[in-house]
Amino acid sequence: MRYAAPDSVSEAIKLLKSEPGVSRVLAGGSDILVQLKTGMAAPDLLVDIKQIPGIYDITQENGGYRVGAAVSGAALGEHAGVKAQWPGVIEAVELIGSTQVQGRATMAGNLCNASPAADSVPAMIAAQAIAHIVGPEGERDCPVQDIPLSPGRNSLAKGEFITSILLPARPENASDAYLRFIPRTEMDIAVVSAGVSLELDSSGVCTVARIALGAVAPTVLLVDAAAECLIGTKLDENALDAMGKACSAAANPIGDKRGTIEFRKDVVAVLAKRAAKIAQTRAGDQS
Amino acid sequence: MSKIHVTTTLNGDQVEYLCEPQETLLDILRNRLNLTGSKEGCGSGDCGACSVTLDGRLVCSCLVLAAEAEGREIETIEGMADGENLHSLQQKFLDHAALQCGICTPGFLVAAKALLEKNPDPTETEVRFWLAGNLCRCTGYDKIINAVMDAAAEMRGA
Repeated sequence: MRYAAPDSVSEAIKLLKSEPGVSRVLAGGSDILVQLKTGMAAPDLLVDIKQIPGIYDITQENGGYRVGAAVSGAALGEHAGVKAQWPGVIEAVELIGSTQVQGRATMAGNLCNASPAADSVPAMIAAQAIAHIVGPEGERDCPVQDIPLSPGRNSLAKGEFITSILLPARPENASDAYLRFIPRTEMDIAVVSAGVSLELDSSGVCTVARIALGAVAPTVLLVDAAAECLIGTKLDENALDAMGKACSAAANPIGDKRGTIEFRKDVVAVLAKRAAKIAQTRAGDQS
Repeated sequence: MSKIHVTTTLNGDQVEYLCEPQETLLDILRNRLNLTGSKEGCGSGDCGACSVTLDGRLVCSCLVLAAEAEGREIETIEGMADGENLHSLQQKFLDHAALQCGICTPGFLVAAKALLEKNPDPTETEVRFWLAGNLCRCTGYDKIINAVMDAAAEMRGA
């Protein structure tokens, strides 16, 4: 394996594209270093993108925030502006690993690693986050839900990588939340998870809902049928029950030692309902 | 394959080394620079025994490539005491007998120091969550938590 740390986007693309063998991108390294050690990954070239200017930046953009691909969970969690606007995304990111892992792990890496149980991904999909991708064919913006294809595989072409993720602007009375189930209190991988983003009107009626479910399918599910149960309601019990049922119906989980199919389909409704209530309370608190 | 030349700041001193692309910072600290305070427990970022700070951020040195340290600032357990004078955390770990075999101790100390620099007055719950990435398989966590809480109180008074 060779290692390169280019100091520009164009140089990084050139290196990744011209490598005849397997090339991988290094940001926080909390997945790739473990894969290197276990032999799960054996790239010929590792391109460290952290010398690229701006890659650690969090900047305001059109009322939202653009988060650089090398921004660690710890750095993101310290950003008061992002935390106020997207508390559900922050709480999802902060659930990734230990304090030590938080010092390195990134949202972009969590997305590209394409685990169906990735904590930040349901929250980002609910948030309608947009990944900014650079590559040999130029730059493009891509909704985050189009990045993971199946466990461990993403849609980026050879030579492409994410330089930043945009968390868009929010109207008033809008917020989000993320919950996961794990069999312990800390430091585990989601058995089931749910990210919910809501927008309410001035009387508290839900106008926009996005409900994303993790670890219940090969990729995170964005469940429009569940969202429609909440739109036009004040999230009364009937609406929440219907939404939960829609989540259970959409879930298509595997059964393994960490949770049976029946358990996952049941718990996903509970988590989605609880996350929706938290998002509702947070949205209401803003008014 | 040609080796990578790295210049970095380690416990305040400029250090240079040559490394292979796949070598971790932990490998270099222990095997090249003879700083064996950082331990390899799991090698996969689960146990925290190799904790160091990189530009002030607590990280597992087994999950950092040695080549990534170019131009950065690293602090290890070896930089914690001031000559013969132990850091408050080190003294409190002794006072509270917060160790048995000692393999996890450097990682706990580096992690606890990073916490107290960010939050000098943590609650017990905050200490337990912060240190959840440091595993001790001998003696349990109560003595470690008590030592950190006691050191925090002493450092606030100092």
